[in-house]
Amino acid sequence: MTPAAPRGAALYGGLPDPGAPGLPARILEFGEELRREGVAVGTSELLDAFAVLEELDWRSREDFREGLAATLAKSQEDRRVFELVFERFFFRSVEAAAVREGVREEGGIDAEGGGGEINLDTLRAQIAAALRDGSEAAMRDLARLAIAAFGRQGEGSGVIGVDVQRIRRALGLRSEPQPELPPEDPRHAGLPREQLRRFETLLRRELERAQIERTESLPPSRPLNELDRALPSGPLQDLAAVHRVVAQLRRRLATQGHQARGRRRHSHVDVRRTMRASLETGGVPVVLKYRPRRPRRPEIYVLCDVSTSVTSASVFFLSVLHALHDAFRKMRSFVFIERISEVTDVFARERNFRAVSEAIGREAGVADISGYTDYGRVWSEFRALVEDDLHPRATVIVLGDARTNGRDPRADIFAEIAARAGRTFWLNPEPRLYWNYGDSVIAAYERYCRAFECWTTRQLEDFVKALTRPEDLGAAGSPR
Amino acid sequence: MSSAPSSSAETSGPPSPAVKGSDPPPSPAELAAGLREVGYLPGESTALVCYLATRLGKPILVEGPAGVGKTELSKALAALLGRDLIRLQCYEGLDEAKALYEWNYRKQLLRIQTEAAGTGWSDVQEDIFGQEFLLERPLLSAISSTEPVVLLIDEIDKTDQEFEAMLLEVLSEFQISIPELGRIEASTRPVVLLTSNNTRELTEALKRRCLYLWLDYPELEHELAIVRLHAPELPETVARKLVEVIGMVRELDLKKPPSIAESIDWARSLVLLGAQDIDAETFTETMSVIVKHRTDLDVVAERVGVKLTALSGTSG
Repeated sequence: MTPAAPRGAALYGGLPDPGAPGLPARILEFGEELRREGVAVGTSELLDAFAVLEELDWRSREDFREGLAATLAKSQEDRRVFELVFERFFFRSVEAAAVREGVREEGGIDAEGGGGEINLDTLRAQIAAALRDGSEAAMRDLARLAIAAFGRQGEGSGVIGVDVQRIRRALGLRSEPQPELPPEDPRHAGLPREQLRRFETLLRRELERAQIERTESLPPSRPLNELDRALPSGPLQDLAAVHRVVAQLRRRLATQGHQARGRRRHSHVDVRRTMRASLETGGVPVVLKYRPRRPRRPEIYVLCDVSTSVTSASVFFLSVLHALHDAFRKMRSFVFIERISEVTDVFARERNFRAVSEAIGREAGVADISGYTDYGRVWSEFRALVEDDLHPRATVIVLGDARTNGRDPRADIFAEIAARAGRTFWLNPEPRLYWNYGDSVIAAYERYCRAFECWTTRQLEDFVKALTRPEDLGAAGSPR
Repeated sequence: MSSAPSSSAETSGPPSPAVKGSDPPPSPAELAAGLREVGYLPGESTALVCYLATRLGKPILVEGPAGVGKTELSKALAALLGRDLIRLQCYEGLDEAKALYEWNYRKQLLRIQTEAAGTGWSDVQEDIFGQEFLLERPLLSAISSTEPVVLLIDEIDKTDQEFEAMLLEVLSEFQISIPELGRIEASTRPVVLLTSNNTRELTEALKRRCLYLWLDYPELEHELAIVRLHAPELPETVARKLVEVIGMVRELDLKKPPSIAESIDWARSLVLLGAQDIDAETFTETMSVIVKHRTDLDVVAERVGVKLTALSGTSG
């Protein structure tokens, strides 16, 4: 099959090869696209999707999307990616088909005529009302009107994002209350933020559609960027996300021992309770009573670098530390720059994250002279502090970038600590690319512990996942 | 062997009467209407996914924050389909003996003792490994039931991975193998719901066998409808304000944001108190219904209480 020469291809990415005709081919392409974005779509999922479509009236867009989502996206994160890819994929294929078939919208956005007759104030009020009531169809129509009315004034800037914001401002749509407006105007009390965002999406969509019509080609498809696919979150929600991941971490650490010990579910018979139970059966011990297995309580030592080289990461680290404290009872935490300082008490005393970080800045007193990290000194001080308490059931977690500022890394002391503790992990806030460049000496330490790249909650999750795979831990390659 | 009137597993009982276990609704819209009738207001995707599950015979994996009606959904489905609900509550350390079946050792022993003399081992063995001595646990009773049921496996994320692996046979083949008895196959397909609070990543193998449904906190209007349904005595204006306040509270960074169940509780307590408006005072008095952590209480009192004062200041 030779693809038809795309019209206007040079300008703007061109038209993709139409591929095999029919819906099944489109669904398979869609699955392929999801895989490219990292959603695990297996053949069985695709088969399910087809089975679902047989049961549905898939001419209804909502049903079609939900049906596919239920079979293809199996977690909240996947679902989010699914929504984005779905929008992009079907928007693009519809537009591509439209250009190919030469379908144009009658009296569309390009039509110059209507603009003059629209009463701008009525339009503003109508749009605000539609936003408040959240009716999707009305919003879409009004978005087109708005573009017709405002988009042409002085022509579009050519950059869709700029145009969207310009139109939104011209409409006076804001989430904050606007008390100068009359009270019956929906904008008086401010518009719901969620609806505003939806309206912006519609504006963007319509502008894109117009652009595609003009240029007769699709913009190049870009992979979703990290920002889009991340769940919408402010800094506070980030803290919540860290807490959620750490809650998983707790479960993993608590159940770790059992998996390693194999499947021996019960080890000790409780003789006393067995005898008592046997009274029921005439003294024959039919029902054996076991001593309950208590999950061992993990003991954790966390060392957190708070020096200037990790300033951006240390808020993240402190929030990890904060969440860990919330989850574990038996835990001691230390912050260090040049020297080390125990901050377990601070966390025990202050519940609020902001108060904790302030208290640490005030009281820890870890940057003595230069403010540069001195790992060698930190290890020896740490060893002196906890030497007697470290035992094979303890877990040591280091949060730091392993940049020694040219000082002696003293990996030998670190090796000693790692040998005494059961498990040692290193979470490094730098991308792996930068490891061992400049004064980073992570390689010296990595021989004695498992090092993870960790600067997003997602990577923190990966770390938690890695914890559950005992074979990985065995292969950690610590030459103790 | 004595007759076993109550044994239920493989007896060829009468075919299920038409009243019980009525046919699944023929379209998502009708299923949604049916759910609404039994007092559950489904979101759009909820009805659709449930419909698909009844049509395809696949389990649904329902995830979402605590208290958005995951368990309620299965109760409503059971009521709608006219089926019994069998519930398996998961917890750490749940094993086959608690979830599938167990031999009733005591009864077996008594049997051996009463007939101790004069019976050969083979006779006794045939006796004691029969249906009569089998204790059915939720999964087995769901499979072996002669009438179709709704099976709810609650909080699957609390169990360990071994248990999940064991579920795979049940969920994809709808059968259970018991070494002494052979295979027990489902005569009717149960509608299966698994719920998870997402405290642990479930295995791919399990997810692959399920349809996925994410339940989130509902949108304002939807939640308002739910509150109005469960506390019809509450004046509309108060209910609206209540839902708005709940929305505000959920936006804060809390340990445990209020769930739908808590909105309903709050609405009911406001009815009991005969409140005509939610002002700062009523709010601080009844706040403990929706917020249940010491630290959360402080945050909410500080942030929302102030807003309420400001609101009532401007409007009246």
